[in-house]
Amino acid sequence: MTSNNSEQIEYAIEAKGLSKRFGENIAVNKLDLKIPKGSIYGFLGPNGCGKSTSIRLLTGLLEASEGDVTILGKPLQGHEESLKTRIGYMTQKFSLYDNLTVRENLDFVGAIYGFAGKRKKARIEELLALYDLEKQTKQFAGSMSGGQKQRLALACATLHSPELLFLDEPTSAVDPENRREFWERLFDLCAAGTTILVSTHYMDEAERCHALAIMEEGNKRADGSPQALMESMSATVVEVSGNKLRQLKQTLTDHPDILSAAQIGAHLRVLVKKKVHDPLLFISELSNGRESILARPSLEDVFVTCTGERYVD
Amino acid sequence: MWIRVYAIFIKELKQLSRDRMTFGMIIMIPLVQLMLFGYAINTDARHIPVGLVDLSQTAESRAVEQALVATQSVDFIARYRSIKEAEVAITQGEIRAALYLPSDMTRRLFNHPLYDHKQLDSALTLPIGQWIVDGSDTVIASTIRALRNMPLDEVANHTATRTAPSFEVVQYFNPEQRTVVNIVPGLVAVILTMTMILFTSAAIVREHEHGNMEFLITTPVRSMELMIGKIAPYVLVGLLQVAIILSVGHWMFSVPIQGSFLSLLGGSILFIFASLTLGLVLSTIAKTQLQATQMTIFILLPSILLSGFMFPYDAMPVAAQWIAEALPVTHFMRMIRAIALRDASLLLLGKDALWLGLFTIGGIIIASLRFKKKLG
Ligand SMILES: Nc1ncnc2c1ncn2[C@@H]1O[C@H](COP(=O)(O)OP(=O)(O)OP(=O)(O)O)[C@@H](O)[C@H]1O
Ligand SMILES: [Mg+2]
Repeated sequence: MTSNNSEQIEYAIEAKGLSKRFGENIAVNKLDLKIPKGSIYGFLGPNGCGKSTSIRLLTGLLEASEGDVTILGKPLQGHEESLKTRIGYMTQKFSLYDNLTVRENLDFVGAIYGFAGKRKKARIEELLALYDLEKQTKQFAGSMSGGQKQRLALACATLHSPELLFLDEPTSAVDPENRREFWERLFDLCAAGTTILVSTHYMDEAERCHALAIMEEGNKRADGSPQALMESMSATVVEVSGNKLRQLKQTLTDHPDILSAAQIGAHLRVLVKKKVHDPLLFISELSNGRESILARPSLEDVFVTCTGERYVD
Repeated sequence: MWIRVYAIFIKELKQLSRDRMTFGMIIMIPLVQLMLFGYAINTDARHIPVGLVDLSQTAESRAVEQALVATQSVDFIARYRSIKEAEVAITQGEIRAALYLPSDMTRRLFNHPLYDHKQLDSALTLPIGQWIVDGSDTVIASTIRALRNMPLDEVANHTATRTAPSFEVVQYFNPEQRTVVNIVPGLVAVILTMTMILFTSAAIVREHEHGNMEFLITTPVRSMELMIGKIAPYVLVGLLQVAIILSVGHWMFSVPIQGSFLSLLGGSILFIFASLTLGLVLSTIAKTQLQATQMTIFILLPSILLSGFMFPYDAMPVAAQWIAEALPVTHFMRMIRAIALRDASLLLLGKDALWLGLFTIGGIIIASLRFKKKLG
């Protein structure tokens, strides 16, 4: 797990051997997680890798096939209902009522969480201001833009100030500008002590997390902080420049010691296995002396090295 | 707990009021059904198209024909020269029955023991004519059968010997024997069954289909709160429908409403709750709205056919009566007819009322238990 082994760490989520099968199909396979309180933790992975299923298992929405989950210090099994006031969940698909207005939705969710009278009104005003929804209070939720819907959903999920917040691909319908804004809100929540688990398939978002898990086909392929993941990567990044890069890419990809080669602008970004001692020499031999330099690994490189057919331990 | 129930209640009410189509149906279903059943459905058959095979061609045979027309039960729309032709016409469906008057009809009439005092003891009694009936429709057949003993004393110029019937019949509550008087209160039961079950059977499923459930079950809302909040708005809808049917039935079809307002209200509320919880139970079983609708129809058909709405409960075989007893609508059918037409009080109908109450409580418990706060 993470390199931090200090005894005092309190975990918001602890999962051991968490699995979920749908018939023959294994959606989540022996997932182990330890997410410290007050951090933002990311699930990074392609479509269908089991991000939503994992979140549903951790919120108690789905019954796990195997494994144990501890949420906020309590075993999930048997404490689902009492934990519900302490966790918030923003679903991947918009799950508020399209034919209710923004305010009506907030009113409804507020009442469901037991807010009433002045306290409810004050909290709703606060959220409307915080998530910039004041002009939309009378608009039907169904008629709002993707970004507005997502802000409303976040407002509803955080209405009761949960200690643990699950966000399932919260920014999939949001432009980069609003995504920045959205992440500012997440860091505000985090600073106030909320633990956040967020799933995404955007590298830049994953990079903002304190720690993340890279998932593929229900398996956790790697986890740790973005920095640690990049440092401990099992490949070296070499950037090759020159001409006829398309043909070169073909020859390089076929080589067993090369994990991947991808064209990025005028360069070819090549991931060479760590066991190759002098990657620059190795590449220049393969590429007929084209110019090549060592590059800093990115999270995308980490992702490529730990997923796909060429995945190596 | 009540904050949450109230929140769900308000939410449902708002969603319902914004769904124009559904809102329209709440009003239109009772109105259209009332028109259809009130005007079109009549179990006392009249003006049945029949044919005549008159081989006698006498003044008496024409008098018999006129006497029959005067009953309004039959209309002679065609004449045939032989029984064979009449049979073909019945097979083709042109006429539903034919009257055969033999060539010696006049003699038979005057020799008939009913009209001939001298021949009272004669063993030789010949009918004066014969009806051939398309017996496949039992209502038509029994209407024609009722003509069997039609008195023909005027035709025979004699007073019939047997004038005093064995029994005197006094018809309470519906002296003119209009079908609509019995139909309208029954219609309250059928329409409530239909709309109440239909609305709630989709209630939980819809939240699933629109993805709202995934959020809702991560909130602290309890199954029971969700169930009660979901059905509460439809109690108002049901009462509105009862009011529409009874008042329109009263004004348009002069159906008397004898019972007290309180008994009517109490009985209706009991039945509305029972139907709504039945719908909720279905809603926890169905996976899609289509399935919910199919299940509603599955309940609706026996509700219409076995509840006593179409056919008298007492005439059904015992097994069918058991099934009928299990359906809330049978109990309400008895109650609403008793209250509306016979001014029975709710207390007088304690057994039915109690059953509806128990059904509701059982239904709510089953629905809450079945509804797991889980996905999939
Ligand atoms: N209810 C279900 N029944 C059967 N299979 C399911 C069910 N839910 C999910 N799966 C399967 O489990 C796997 C993981 O699905 P999941 O929704 O967790 O993926 P995801 O990582 O959230 O993908 P996406 O990025 O598209 O949201 C998929 O192969 C999916 O088909
Ligand atoms: Mg997903």
